[in-house]
Amino acid sequence: MNAILSSAPALILIGAIAIPILVFAVLGTGEKIIEQLRPRSARKVRPWFWLLLPLALITLILIYPMIDTVVSAFRSSDGSAWVGLQNFAWAFAGSMLGVLGNNVIWLIVFPLGTLVLALIVAVLFDKVRYERFAMTLVVLPTAISFTAGSIIWRQVYDYKAAGSQTGLLNALWTLIPGNQPVPWLQTEVVNTLCLIIVAVWSSLGVAALILSAAVKNMPSELVEAARLDGANEWRIFFSVTLAHITPTLLVVATTEVIFALKIFDIVYVMTNGNFNTDTIANRMYFELFSARDLGHASAIAVILLIVAIPVVVVNIRQFRAEEGH
Amino acid sequence: MSTTNTLPANTASQGQERAHRMTHVPRRRLRWGRPIVHLIVVVFMIVWFTPVLGLFVGSFRTQSDSAATGWWHALIAPLFTGYNYQQALDVIGIGPSLATSLAITIPTTVLTTILSAIGAYALTRMAFIGRTVLSLLLVALLITPPQVTLVPMLKFFDFTGLNGTVPALWIYEVGFTIPFGIFLVRGFISSIPGELFESAHLDGASQLRTFISIVLPLSAPVLASLAIMQFLWAWNDLLSPLLFLGGSSVAQPLTVNVAGLVTATGGSQAQLMAATFISVLLPLIILITMQRFFVRGILGGSVKG
Repeated sequence: MNAILSSAPALILIGAIAIPILVFAVLGTGEKIIEQLRPRSARKVRPWFWLLLPLALITLILIYPMIDTVVSAFRSSDGSAWVGLQNFAWAFAGSMLGVLGNNVIWLIVFPLGTLVLALIVAVLFDKVRYERFAMTLVVLPTAISFTAGSIIWRQVYDYKAAGSQTGLLNALWTLIPGNQPVPWLQTEVVNTLCLIIVAVWSSLGVAALILSAAVKNMPSELVEAARLDGANEWRIFFSVTLAHITPTLLVVATTEVIFALKIFDIVYVMTNGNFNTDTIANRMYFELFSARDLGHASAIAVILLIVAIPVVVVNIRQFRAEEGH
Repeated sequence: MSTTNTLPANTASQGQERAHRMTHVPRRRLRWGRPIVHLIVVVFMIVWFTPVLGLFVGSFRTQSDSAATGWWHALIAPLFTGYNYQQALDVIGIGPSLATSLAITIPTTVLTTILSAIGAYALTRMAFIGRTVLSLLLVALLITPPQVTLVPMLKFFDFTGLNGTVPALWIYEVGFTIPFGIFLVRGFISSIPGELFESAHLDGASQLRTFISIVLPLSAPVLASLAIMQFLWAWNDLLSPLLFLGGSSVAQPLTVNVAGLVTATGGSQAQLMAATFISVLLPLIILITMQRFFVRGILGGSVKG
């Protein structure tokens, strides 16, 4: 058993071939049984039979953990006793305040930065003939893990007190006479902004693609009419384009807010939360593994969940509106 | 990019659909300020590509070079070596890492695609009580922060003895993406004309037969985009393997291994670059060659958090 579990080819064969065949075999057998039922009962049983496996997984991975986490947030570090709101009191005091503060910076700067840049990309790339190629370059970092992206950018932010700079940013920075090299990742607040830049670099492609589709689907009559009325390009952008793509902007914004909320990899790899760059998600990992405090970790998770609720509401509304027409 | 889309896709995305329509309408280009537009676009291209170029060039530089000067010096005085790659494969153990990454990612991708298709088919082509509630539940679950699931899943995998095994990651990654997958595929399946299903039914085809010979082939494009996105997510994930595979005898996947190198190796910056480049190579190839499907997936599921 252990041999199989550590052999990559065996695992791939099991997971990608044997299990799918099994799934179809079960579906086939189940269907044979359902076909024997009276049509009325067959119609009732069939959907749930088909949904059985997907729903079981969703329940196991998403719904049960959510309930369990909420319960654990009110229990002690090893989960043995009720402690009321103690974990939440901890989460809003002491060193956690700085962590929450960092997340507030992330929550404001990251979505805003990504949206503004994505808008520029969506609108301006649309006007050049090499749009496809340009867009490919901007989308490229999407395939690169945050881990790899962080390693790449650690090099960009590299700092040497004197001599030839190996970091691109300091090399450019010291080109300006009088400038001293800056330890970007060790300078507080600046370092959080540096991390956010990595996140923007990674996420811009997806945001730009979505906004670009929205910009392209603007009815051309709208733009032509505005032009005939003598509006210039700025005017057209602010009164026609922006108004038209607001719903899409909202969708992208919610995605980015959630992203900023759960940011982990970039902080973990670039600074590991040092120099006051810690975020909630990283602190949660620390509480879980180094401090072994399930209560604290769960309380942090519940805070993430609560902040995400408004985004859920926005998404559900959007979904119902789309279903409507 | 989405303008290259020629399939009648309706993956719950009005944007994409309309973008398709717009391809035939000539757009008037800016007359004044054109140089500025080009300048801004080119600046974006340079800023977004330079870090990737730096990684690539840096990974071929010698240890002493990369410690002394920035990677761009190699453009003026080129001196390249494959030594870093050899070191990365031999010493750092990137080979077994690569195998684990594949063992996690390939089954996760296949299973997510199949189960999402099955779920989406049931949800769109079968009428039952609770269907709307279920759809709304899926939409709500789309944005679950992964952190909420970590503590209980760790307990569950400990309890079942799956902790530290690759199948634990299959279960986790598949379960986590299924709401998105179902959501993405259902928009596509609902756009398949109902007559197709009726005639299949009249011909005496069973539900499974219909699913396999009508639904799967017709929704192949959207399934491809789902597969690409899940491949990228599973391959690039750091948090879940860190938690569920950490401390076990299984070779750590690339992201974990490479992230570990950052703190472990003080001096061998060049080897870290080579290892990092190996870790991004496959996702980059997939993104570039299958860009069309990737874009479709993004536009179809733009509410994923």
